[in-house]
Amino acid sequence: MNIAIAMPEIFLLSTICLILLIDVFLREDCRMVSYLLTQVAVLATALLAYGAMDGNKTTGLNGMYVSDDLAGVLKISILLLTFGVFVYARKYLKDQNIWQSEFFLLALFAVLGMLIMVSANHLLVVYLGLELLALSMYALVAFNRDDGRSSEAAMKYFVLGAVASGLLLYGISILYGLSGKLELTEVLAYVSAQNVLENIPLLFALVFIVAGISFKFGAVPFHMWVPDVYQGAPTAVTMFLGSVPKVAALAMLLRVLAESMGTAQAGWAQLLLVFGLLSVFLGNFVAIAQLNLKRMLAYSTIAHMGFILLGAMTGTTDGYSAALFYTITYAMMAAGGFAILILLGREGFEAETLDDLKGLNERNPWYAFVMMVFLFSMAGIPPTVGFYAKLSIIQAVMQAGYLWPAVFMVLMSVIGAYYYLRAIKMMYFDKPEQDAPIKADLDFTVLISVNGVLMVLLGLFPSALMGICSAAMVTSHL
Amino acid sequence: MIVVIAGWEVITYRVSQYMAAFLIMGGIVNGVFAALDAMLFYILFEAMLIPLFLIIGIWGGARRVYATIKFFLYTFFGSVFLLISLIYLYQLGGSFAVADLHKLPIEKTPQILIFLSFLLAFGVKVPMWPVHTWLPDAHVEAPTGGSVVLAAITLKVGGYAFLRFALPIVPDAAAQLDWLVILMSLTAVVYIGFVALVQQDMKKLVAYSSIAHMGFVTLAFFMVYSMATALKDPAAMGSAVLALQGGMVQMVSHGFISGAMFLCIGVLYDRMHTRDINAYGGVANRMPTFAALYVLFAMANTGLPGTSGFVGEFMVILASFRASPWIAFTAATTLIVGAAYTLWLVKRVLFGDVKNAEVAELHDIGRREFWMLSILAAAVLLLGLWPQPLTDVMEVSIENLLAHALQSKLCIGFAGGCL
Repeated sequence: MNIAIAMPEIFLLSTICLILLIDVFLREDCRMVSYLLTQVAVLATALLAYGAMDGNKTTGLNGMYVSDDLAGVLKISILLLTFGVFVYARKYLKDQNIWQSEFFLLALFAVLGMLIMVSANHLLVVYLGLELLALSMYALVAFNRDDGRSSEAAMKYFVLGAVASGLLLYGISILYGLSGKLELTEVLAYVSAQNVLENIPLLFALVFIVAGISFKFGAVPFHMWVPDVYQGAPTAVTMFLGSVPKVAALAMLLRVLAESMGTAQAGWAQLLLVFGLLSVFLGNFVAIAQLNLKRMLAYSTIAHMGFILLGAMTGTTDGYSAALFYTITYAMMAAGGFAILILLGREGFEAETLDDLKGLNERNPWYAFVMMVFLFSMAGIPPTVGFYAKLSIIQAVMQAGYLWPAVFMVLMSVIGAYYYLRAIKMMYFDKPEQDAPIKADLDFTVLISVNGVLMVLLGLFPSALMGICSAAMVTSHL
Repeated sequence: MIVVIAGWEVITYRVSQYMAAFLIMGGIVNGVFAALDAMLFYILFEAMLIPLFLIIGIWGGARRVYATIKFFLYTFFGSVFLLISLIYLYQLGGSFAVADLHKLPIEKTPQILIFLSFLLAFGVKVPMWPVHTWLPDAHVEAPTGGSVVLAAITLKVGGYAFLRFALPIVPDAAAQLDWLVILMSLTAVVYIGFVALVQQDMKKLVAYSSIAHMGFVTLAFFMVYSMATALKDPAAMGSAVLALQGGMVQMVSHGFISGAMFLCIGVLYDRMHTRDINAYGGVANRMPTFAALYVLFAMANTGLPGTSGFVGEFMVILASFRASPWIAFTAATTLIVGAAYTLWLVKRVLFGDVKNAEVAELHDIGRREFWMLSILAAAVLLLGLWPQPLTDVMEVSIENLLAHALQSKLCIGFAGGCL
């Protein structure tokens, strides 16, 4: 038994319990203390995860748990993103009068679930992490309990999420029935010995597992929950949901499909190809018709997830690193975009339609500029990082010999550019409809500026992050 | 090509708050012309859209939003195909350096596909008929400075890219499909010339005349292949050089002339707040200095000897006789049509009796406007009377380029070689 291998998770769990206890004894006006403790816990866990990265791949806890550079990179990005999201969320929770520490605690439990998914070396552990994440998310979506839409979104998310978990579990059980194994390395040994395309039961299991993973990504045809949940959930929760768990979903894809069934790539690549292309198509087209900004970003997420699936579909090291790079940078863009929405809101008012962006340039040029960087980055216009992310995915896809899907992807990017441009048009070319001053605390302002500048810096010098991504893939033998 | 960039100095005379956007623009454009790495070129090529999008969208006219989004999407649509081609080339050769791409052997079918994607990307930028429709909209709605940058610089990027990428990287496809480009260019020259004739809006007229002039440029670049059939013949080689030189001189001079024309219209618009030709008449009576400069630029636009417009057009037409007299004939009609629409514009705006009370109240150009126009006027005349320094600078790189552009790539790598 090598308990130290799960050190970040153990530490996080203990601090969550500690914060829970402390919070019980805090007065209503001292909520700030739990917030600060939460942030310290997140950062300390990130440090622990960084300390665990040593370039080797070690398994422990009876082979159920794994620690390698891939896990380290994923964990650190999850935790740092969470840190940023919490800073942004604080303003929203205060403005909307739901300043309760349950938000941070539930989110921490979700983060714990994600860390477990990232390090899982066993199909059931993957499932455990996934459920911990999902259950916390359901509660978070319904966080604003007086709001009917919020509850409706949570209900919808819960029902569909339960079905998806069922699908995943069913796939896992078929696989177990076939092989008698659940540990990822042993599954790999079993799958490698099979001819996937001839083995119908194995294909069956694959289809169910891929369906479960696609649901987490929100890829077409398992995307139905995305727009409603994004719109219904409180913006802070949408921001969390739209950024951090995507990294965990990619982790699940990499662990379950790439690592344990990499030799069956021929089997799942076709599924991912179709799902990815459909997502890119539907996400970009339907987003054009949206007037609600949260809904528009939801469809844009679907399109972005399509890109990530297509990158992972290639089954090459380049493809996996490109997908990882894309996911991390996309999560940063999404968090930043939603943060601007939070910024535009104020006490008793929530900004969520495109009209709320009108005239942002006149109200505050710097925030308008930062938002423009996010939007251009999502549209994939150089020199922002979104361009480089798309470029590396398309390059990997073409390298794997899929020329026409690549052409289709760039065509869809042109269509996608339209609705991002429309949002920029609102900010820069239209007159403001409201002139309430935009107020934010110093930490919020600094972070959003850093976030925006990073989008350009990473676009100009992507090689550092890309190097980390591909090095992580190499130590995990992907 | 650096000379072209000099065009953007003009904008510094406009004292206004959009300086930042223009400075970024200027930097990016410099980068585009200097880039020797295909991916860097692509990034800057695209990044150019952002400031221009904002310039047109924020400081533009009434229909600016429609115009700027149309402009952005058109150009973006064209250039994504460029991206696909570049990635494909990278996978063939493992390098994005332009010099390596020039040497890369490519099979015939991919060459044609790559060429078509280049044509789409750069053709939209130039713009060539029939993908030109964004230009009049963008020009009309853009502020004067925006129009100047658009006409004087961004259009040149397309032409430059043809020389830098399309011709040397995929010479065989270019040779095979040159008829297509020549046809498109001639259509631009003639058809767009007639379209310009009926315009009521001054900016639109100059915009269409830009398209026609850029048609000349692409015509010049692709005629090279019809001449190259007799590659061994030094006279043919000479006229190929002449054609390319003509095209480049034409680009430079068009940068000056169209920039100046847009500035002139801007001067009028600042006073009258309309671009409708019918609202003017007899301006020369009130603004004599302005009228003199305006007539000079108009003459340059029609290609009067002594101005830079003449040099480029004459070189191209001269060279085109070598390719085919019919091409030369068709191209030369532009001299008539061009003179027709430009002179008619001048007649209606400047001359005649003072048309209405607003024109009667016009006052002549100030010192700032005078100097910004006369610098351009000097450039136009200098280039027209003594183009040799410019052509000398170009000659070496053109010969180098021709060596690449006319060398078939299909035989590289085969043992026997081919003739």
